[in-house]
Amino acid sequence: MNALYSLSAVIILVLFVLMGVGGLGLYSLFGVIIPYAAVVTFIAGFIYRLFKWARAPVPFHIPIVCGQQKSLPWIKANNIDSPSNTAGVIARMALEVLLFRSLFRNERVELKAGQKLVYRGNKYLWLGALAFHWSLLIILLRHASRLFTEPVSSLAVPTLYITDIIILIALTYLFVRRVIYPQIRYISLPSDYFAVLLLLGVAISGVLMRLFYKVDVVAVKELAMGVLTFHPVIPEGVGLPVYIHLFLVSTLLAYFPFSKLMHAAGIFLSPTRNLKNNSRMRRHINPWDYSVKVHTYEEWEDEFREAIKGVGLPLEKE
Amino acid sequence: MKMPEELLKIDYTLPKKSWLEPTVEFRKGTYCYSASAKCQEYLGLPNPRQWQPYEEDWKLPENWKKTILEGMKERLNKYRSFRLFLDICVRCGACADKCHFYIGSGDPKNMPVLRAELLRSVYRKNFTLAGKLFGKFAGARELTEDVVKEWFYYFYQCTECRRCSVFCPYGIDTCEITMMGRELLDLVGCNIDWVLDPAAKCYRTGNHLGVPPHAFKPAIETAVEDVETITGIRVEAPINRKGAEVLFIAPSADYFAMPHWFTLLGYLMLFHEIGLDYTWSAYASEGGNFGLFHSMELAKRLNAKIYAEAKRLGVKWILGGECGHMWRGIHQYMDTFNGPADFLEEPVSPITGTRFENAKSTKMIHICEFTADLLNNNKLKLKPSRNDQWKVTFHDSCNPARSMGLIEEPRYIIKNVCHYFYDMPENTIKERTFCCGSGAGLGADENMEMRLRGGFPRANAVKYVHEKYGVNLLACICAIDKAAFPPLLEYWVPGVEVAGVHELVGNALVMKGEKERTTDLRGEPLRAEEGKGGV
Repeated sequence: MNALYSLSAVIILVLFVLMGVGGLGLYSLFGVIIPYAAVVTFIAGFIYRLFKWARAPVPFHIPIVCGQQKSLPWIKANNIDSPSNTAGVIARMALEVLLFRSLFRNERVELKAGQKLVYRGNKYLWLGALAFHWSLLIILLRHASRLFTEPVSSLAVPTLYITDIIILIALTYLFVRRVIYPQIRYISLPSDYFAVLLLLGVAISGVLMRLFYKVDVVAVKELAMGVLTFHPVIPEGVGLPVYIHLFLVSTLLAYFPFSKLMHAAGIFLSPTRNLKNNSRMRRHINPWDYSVKVHTYEEWEDEFREAIKGVGLPLEKE
Repeated sequence: MKMPEELLKIDYTLPKKSWLEPTVEFRKGTYCYSASAKCQEYLGLPNPRQWQPYEEDWKLPENWKKTILEGMKERLNKYRSFRLFLDICVRCGACADKCHFYIGSGDPKNMPVLRAELLRSVYRKNFTLAGKLFGKFAGARELTEDVVKEWFYYFYQCTECRRCSVFCPYGIDTCEITMMGRELLDLVGCNIDWVLDPAAKCYRTGNHLGVPPHAFKPAIETAVEDVETITGIRVEAPINRKGAEVLFIAPSADYFAMPHWFTLLGYLMLFHEIGLDYTWSAYASEGGNFGLFHSMELAKRLNAKIYAEAKRLGVKWILGGECGHMWRGIHQYMDTFNGPADFLEEPVSPITGTRFENAKSTKMIHICEFTADLLNNNKLKLKPSRNDQWKVTFHDSCNPARSMGLIEEPRYIIKNVCHYFYDMPENTIKERTFCCGSGAGLGADENMEMRLRGGFPRANAVKYVHEKYGVNLLACICAIDKAAFPPLLEYWVPGVEVAGVHELVGNALVMKGEKERTTDLRGEPLRAEEGKGGV
């Protein structure tokens, strides 16, 4: 049900472009104004969210330790999973961000014959997630390089890049697993389906416009460069598929800061991953620390004075 | 109590109803009783009253909703972890089957992701744009009394073991969520007795069991007599002695409960044998901290006595005994709570000269670090054959493993003092260790069914080594483990006993001038060849 809501939402977005551009000819709105608004929302929203997180202090030192601590010199410490210095934290974070190390640990547990738990490595989610994120990164870089460096020729042969195929497969997997595994379906919100379907919409429209609609790449670049240099022009021949792609990307950008997609930035601030395991070596300060009511030794001694005397333990005040 | 086969008919099918609709059934055996008004009043906590979770009316204060939402807002601004972990979960589900309570109960709200969503949904409704605009579609829901009841049920069905966080791609720590959830519940007076009763006792007497000084001393003296009976040696066990070099602090169960007691004998024998200049304290007579299972404030209040007493007694540094959450508190919180301990010195072992640089700020070291160092320097004479009746496995307690990284030290000790050691499967030890199911204050008798369910994954791994290698002893370094495992293993894998690591040390330790030992620390007769046999 949740998946259907989200699918309808993405379809409505596409219909919106068909009506707005195809029907009403609102080229400037969809080619210039909405993308600008989306980028502004993305940047402002992103900074706002980062600011909100960064402003909240880290009062306590709470890393999750996944390996041997640094203690006695002859015990080999695991400086990645239990980093005691900055290099270790950088290594841990790099492995987390670039290779999704924690997800790589994933395993599935099953109750066999009604009495025995069996653990099996389960790397599919890790593989799907890694494939999606890396393809996305490469595709983004390719977009950027097309815009800024290479001259494009309208005669360029439409190519289907391997990353295009991978991202489509990976996103499809990420969607399908939400639908077919009952547990994942149970925890999935409409927004979870929406994010993956919107990304799928972006990817599909991107692939379609290259492969089947053979859009005028020169015109597209002119449009893009115009927007980027703040001299927007609406060149002739930018087809409807481009507007669909552009609108879905704009939606994604505007949606990003208000959604779970912010995990991309949040991971860097995660205190269970980015702190050293050195809390006994260096004092961590709580900026909002306040003094609390305690039961002092003097009060304790007063309360138990006779008893303490009775068993012959020393007293501060006789 | 149901038979194990009955309990294992775990229903993993999911309800038709969305989790957004709060439903909770307080079924006997699966929840803890409420804290008494007396404890709450003693500690000065809000809304003290008599009530029970199974009652319809929870007697929440009039402005309960406002209180909780304001408390939430305050914590969102005070804890980056809280705000971040509410924001960035993508519900990938990697954590789902990592929770021992989910594995053992099949209740989907015990998947860490949903446990957190119980709180996230209210956060979205009240603090995020998407939640305000799209409501249910954005996973947002109103805070109602039923939601509060659901929080209570599930936040007191989490042992804050942090296992799920190991697998989370963003390191979202359910422990943080549960801690915040419990703090919010406390604001309207919803606490459990098994947490607040020990906390109140600890505040008053210095320890969770409420042992006053005139019972503390006889307890330690009894242990001294036990050591004498077994070894023929009268050891010193000074209490509240000023000017000692080291203050020793153990969980109170060590001097009052079984099988903890034998670990205490082990400590006393070890300290005597190496001639450690140390003292116990009847005031700082507790290393554990049930405040941690309630609120950061109460944790700080209970923790304060450790440094205060170290200062009063004028010791140089502090040594801590075998206890799980105690070490979460010492390792990750104490220095921040009540430091800086600038009146102490960086711990140096007086026997080996080893400087414990890893504790140079907090100035407190774990007894396993201390003993491992002694062993590595060949300072102890051992007869591991005196532990030959045991085939040992080691349970990594959640906090020492996942919050400290104390993994090799206890293993090194065990391998030195025992001949037969077998680790459980890798998926269930070290950073992936499974909780005993009774941590974070959930060890109440009335909660037994849930404890047995939560402890099932651990027990199942014990069963594996029991069947494969004949393991008959589970060693651990946590007082709650030592209390929780005997009934748990009795239920799931009979024939496996529970012991502290320093009980095994005590058994193997050859003391100068000791009489020929005829029994182990438990008073069980040693077989002749064990007692006399080679090293």
